[in-house]
Amino acid sequence: MIRLTLENRSHTPIWLNLCLPLMAVAATLVLCSGLILLAGANVITAYEKLFLSALSTRFNLVETLVKATPMIFTGLAVTVAFRARFWNIGAEGQLLAGAMAAAFVGACEALPAWSLCPTMILAGAVAGALWAMIPAVLKSRFKVDDVVASLLLNFIIFYGMMALLDGPWKDPLSGYPDSPDIRMDAEFPILLHATRLHLGVLLAGIASFGTWLLMRRTTLGFGIQAVGENSVAARYAGFSVTGILLTAAAVSGALAGLAGVGEVAGLHFQVMAGISPGYGYTGIVIAMLARLNPLGVIPAAVFFAIIITGAEAMSRATGVPVFLADVIQGTALIAMLVALLFTRYRIRIRRFSHA
Amino acid sequence: MHELLDQLLQAGFFAALIRIATPLVFATLGELFAERAGILNLGIEGIMMLAAMTGFSTAYFSGSLWLGVAAAMATGVLAGLLMGLLTVSLGLSQHVSGIGVTLLCSGLSFYFYRLIFGQPSSIPKITAFTPLPIPGLSAIPILGPILFDHFALVYLAFFLVPAVAWVLGTTPWGLNLRTVGENPHAAFTAGVSVIRIRYQALMLSGALMGLAGAFLSMAQYNAYTFGVISGRGWVCIALVVFGQWNPWKSAAGALLFAFIDALQLRLQASSFNLPYEVFLMMPFVLTIVGMALVSRNARAPAALLTPFRKEER
Repeated sequence: MIRLTLENRSHTPIWLNLCLPLMAVAATLVLCSGLILLAGANVITAYEKLFLSALSTRFNLVETLVKATPMIFTGLAVTVAFRARFWNIGAEGQLLAGAMAAAFVGACEALPAWSLCPTMILAGAVAGALWAMIPAVLKSRFKVDDVVASLLLNFIIFYGMMALLDGPWKDPLSGYPDSPDIRMDAEFPILLHATRLHLGVLLAGIASFGTWLLMRRTTLGFGIQAVGENSVAARYAGFSVTGILLTAAAVSGALAGLAGVGEVAGLHFQVMAGISPGYGYTGIVIAMLARLNPLGVIPAAVFFAIIITGAEAMSRATGVPVFLADVIQGTALIAMLVALLFTRYRIRIRRFSHA
Repeated sequence: MHELLDQLLQAGFFAALIRIATPLVFATLGELFAERAGILNLGIEGIMMLAAMTGFSTAYFSGSLWLGVAAAMATGVLAGLLMGLLTVSLGLSQHVSGIGVTLLCSGLSFYFYRLIFGQPSSIPKITAFTPLPIPGLSAIPILGPILFDHFALVYLAFFLVPAVAWVLGTTPWGLNLRTVGENPHAAFTAGVSVIRIRYQALMLSGALMGLAGAFLSMAQYNAYTFGVISGRGWVCIALVVFGQWNPWKSAAGALLFAFIDALQLRLQASSFNLPYEVFLMMPFVLTIVGMALVSRNARAPAALLTPFRKEER
């Protein structure tokens, strides 16, 4: 008789740490190929379309980077929060808060032109931070579960945004539920001629490096990790657990808010109902795939940008429903969770003989 | 204001309230089973979505609503098994596993719906459940239409409240389940299989969430839409906390939430001059306020969120 058992590892080899996300992605693609077969399509053709269409031309490559931008921000937001064991599932709502703040500021006639972009960035970050502080305060003061609170807040701000779009922000002429366009001066500059590569893409890269520095090189980052790993020990070590929870929530919310700023200032120039097709939730998957490493968030976000943009081309060419992209996200999250087991345990195959 | 009072005093309002509460009662009882056994089942929203889809599709093609209900429950049981594999057998983070199950199940429900029905010009519909008035009782003035003129699933949901209270409170299995949720090591020492009980709780939890999904796509509505659950699952997690992990109080919470929701629907229809989205937001705001009021004193099952390994104490 053969039995598989899990044994504790004393340390994790570096190659394994690097390979785990790749293993999870490979497992995900194998598992999802069953769904492609069910749709009556050729697995190789479907995956080829899924990946190559997003990478084939210079234009598509840039579009993929543009698509990855909000997900880099939400991925970072979730990373910072989860590191502190603040279960922020509300990046979606914080993104909307940032987008709305950016749309408000960007359309403001009273501000001088030069100040528009910086004010939008600041306002979006603050709005996201404030929205993320709500579940953090509820958790620390009232012991309200952070998962539930941050999730419910997503619905609250979404309906709030829709009320604005249907009311004060509604276009009186067309009647469309879109906010007024931001001013031309508020639009993020384009980095590459004749593409949509805007300043937000660069900001996402800077944010990623900045978050890495914050987590690795600052007392706050050290405090966040200490609280996340063992809040009792962190308290004895002199950290204010509540203070760190609130700060981590603020940083997390600010990053998610910036995702919204980028979408408004760099891409849509207004707020509308579909401004986020679930970037906040994808951020959770990205953060886990990046193993809560801020630098790993970039490749993980680019991967999902490829999947999401490629899914439409795949669907057109092969008839496989575009929602394969959603299934891949869910499967990837679960696969990565399982893969993480290998950092703590090794699998032993034992033979038992019943004599 | 008079208009509002008139609305409130109509029997139709209370009947609607009971109907709105039904899926919440199913899913809340489901979540309660899982949490009392020590597992936070955050797959709830996705499980409800997928079950609503499989139930609807099965009823659409077989023509049998009850076969659809069975399919929805079976979907929930399978999702419960997946949740069990991740959190019980592998001992992974219950938070992230649950989010994963929700993302996966909602993705699957969109994917399969599109695969089965394509992109039709009109939404596929079924003949939904029709109310089943209880002979005699439904003729009682006022109370009859409020309580005894409902879908069969409504009676089932409210019958399940005392049933679950009885199972958890008095049966040996219920006692074992509660011990597993409070102190799995003590349960293990007493010869109870922690793993088996947790799997059973998650399967039951999934089946009840499946019933909630089936109710929405096959009784409340006669079609499946991508927004059919729209956050009700997350509300049920809040209702369990709100009800302090007690089936009676949780069901009362579901009725309270349904009251706000029914009120919101009536206010939308009346001449109040507010965007209807503000009313849609109201139940969620009040759920958070409610949680803030009770959470400080709430005591969750002690072993909630902690995986059980017999070699690690």
